[in-house]
Amino acid sequence: MIHARNLPFVTTLAIFIIAYGLCVLQFPNMLSTRVIGNLLTDNAFLGIAAVGMTFVILSGGIDLSVGSVIAFTSVFVAVMVGSFGVHPLTAFLAALVISTLFGCLMGAMIRYLMIPPFVVTLAGMFLARGAAYLVSTQSVPITHEFIDTMLGFYIRFPGGGRLTLLAMVMLIVFAVGIVVASRTRFGANVYAIGGNLQSAELMGVPVGATTIRIYALSGFLSGLAGIVYTLYTSSGYSLATVGVELDAIAAVVIGGTLLTGGVGLVAGTFIGILLQGLIQTYIVFDGTLSSWWTKIVIGILLFVFIVLQRTIIWYSDRRLAERQLKEV
Amino acid sequence: MTWFTRRLRRLAPQLAALAIILGIISLIAPGFLTISVQNGRLYGSLIDILVRAAPVALLTVGMTLVIATRGIDLSIGAVIAICGAVAATLITDGYPLPVVIAVSLGVGIVCGLWNGILVAVLDIQPIIATLILMVAGRGIAQLITEGVILTFNDDTFAALGSGALAGIPIPIYLWVGTALIIGLLMRRTALGFLIEATGINRRAASLAGVRARFLLFSAYAISGLCAAIAGMIVTADIRGADANNAGLWLELDAILAVVVGGTSLNGGRFSITASLIGALIIQSINTGILVSGFPPEFNLIIKAGIIIVVLTLQSPAIITLFGFIKASRRSDKLNHGTKEATR
Repeated sequence: MIHARNLPFVTTLAIFIIAYGLCVLQFPNMLSTRVIGNLLTDNAFLGIAAVGMTFVILSGGIDLSVGSVIAFTSVFVAVMVGSFGVHPLTAFLAALVISTLFGCLMGAMIRYLMIPPFVVTLAGMFLARGAAYLVSTQSVPITHEFIDTMLGFYIRFPGGGRLTLLAMVMLIVFAVGIVVASRTRFGANVYAIGGNLQSAELMGVPVGATTIRIYALSGFLSGLAGIVYTLYTSSGYSLATVGVELDAIAAVVIGGTLLTGGVGLVAGTFIGILLQGLIQTYIVFDGTLSSWWTKIVIGILLFVFIVLQRTIIWYSDRRLAERQLKEV
Repeated sequence: MTWFTRRLRRLAPQLAALAIILGIISLIAPGFLTISVQNGRLYGSLIDILVRAAPVALLTVGMTLVIATRGIDLSIGAVIAICGAVAATLITDGYPLPVVIAVSLGVGIVCGLWNGILVAVLDIQPIIATLILMVAGRGIAQLITEGVILTFNDDTFAALGSGALAGIPIPIYLWVGTALIIGLLMRRTALGFLIEATGINRRAASLAGVRARFLLFSAYAISGLCAAIAGMIVTADIRGADANNAGLWLELDAILAVVVGGTSLNGGRFSITASLIGALIIQSINTGILVSGFPPEFNLIIKAGIIIVVLTLQSPAIITLFGFIKASRRSDKLNHGTKEATR
């Protein structure tokens, strides 16, 4: 028996498997490890950012600054390495520290100034994008021996596919994210805050510290996503990754997480990312469809999942009411 | 007179912010405040602000109503793209102007009603419900323009964006007119009051006999309608429909304008005038940075900085703090007074 709360996740999984099956029937080549390897690599940065977004949404918040932070990190790293000759590892570390502090600051504003997350992260989105413009408005190429070795590192699948370092980073982030969400005190606190802020506060959940940590985590993962994006494109550009936060939110919702917070799984987000990647891959394979179909299909999927979630909540509410009526 | 002073007190923070920002810009850029007449049309940076503010101001009118119902409408940027694409397609196909305008407005209302169905009937959280059209809308606009930037050459339609009537540019008439009509509709009838009731507590309002569902529908429909007018202005201005960039992120500017205008995101009391001043503040910052001669790289960071300062000053925490200081001062005075009396 599937618990009603997990039904969206199971549905997403089923839809993904069926959709993939249909794609393979039409284009048998889509089953190859090459396609799977590329799908993971192409969506690595989006997946990493989506893990952070999952935690934010589980807590009942939202983070609109993700795309801008990715752009800032990529430009920052590219300029540090390309123009100032800093070692990539140092640049990565600095970028991660900046993006994490940025997240902390937004979390503190949300908690202590009591401004809604939507507005705070919106201002954060402008700020991070503005900071990226300040660093450079050019597309900065990046070449370094160390980065070449990083990009050259991969595990070969049978059949010619490659599991690149970028894909590995994403898979590790997802694995850690799943463990943190379901097996740690921090994870439990996030669910508690998302479920009911007041109850959580009365139960003694450290709401302030947890809120700041959630946005710091999202900032950190956006920074990491930015680094992965820099490696993926071998350059940094301040106009890149506009609207990535929407893709991340879509992946989280399609993965079965409730936007009201408190219910959802990090693993669902992974399936959401794969589903989005699958749509793009299908459009590439088909060749005649234009890329804007991606957006329309994602919109339709969003609609289907939201209505599904609505029905489940409505249904479980009614069952609860019936049970209470019987007891009376 | 009390009505007037009460209005002034409500609008004072926004008016002060606007005056300070305009003052700073005119200090940095001399000639900012001059308005000249050329070819029978008004020119100058201030006029420019009023013209450029048209799309955001129109969106702000609709957004204020939606936010007053405790909702939010993320889709209006995409609706601009859709309506722009529809208008441009019809113009290139040779339809007469009234048909083009009517159909574009109709499409905007349909988009708004779609959001209304999701929010009012299916009871979906507004932020997610409108996210669907925000994501899919640009794809739909691309479908309509078949993936190209559709340009046209029709001077009467282009006049909506760049023409002037009696010396005043037409976009100004459009946004001021729309705001006046909707503002009067809200405040001279009970509609605005009922929308506030719905925003504060939808259930209580429904139980008291307010048709909350109808009000939600009309708020989203008006938002769609305003976006359609804005879409036509944007399209007429560049004489083309750009499905990717028309109205991009304008919904965020509109939300900021409403928040800067002091309407709470939690619904309830709203002021369209204050929101419009908020929109003018945002546009003054944009234009001001341009005429001040800062490198364009600084645009966003200055804008973000000003917005963060305004938001912090308006945040519930700071307001509570001020209220606390004021209250403690008053009680000090009161204590002092009683001491005097006992003596």
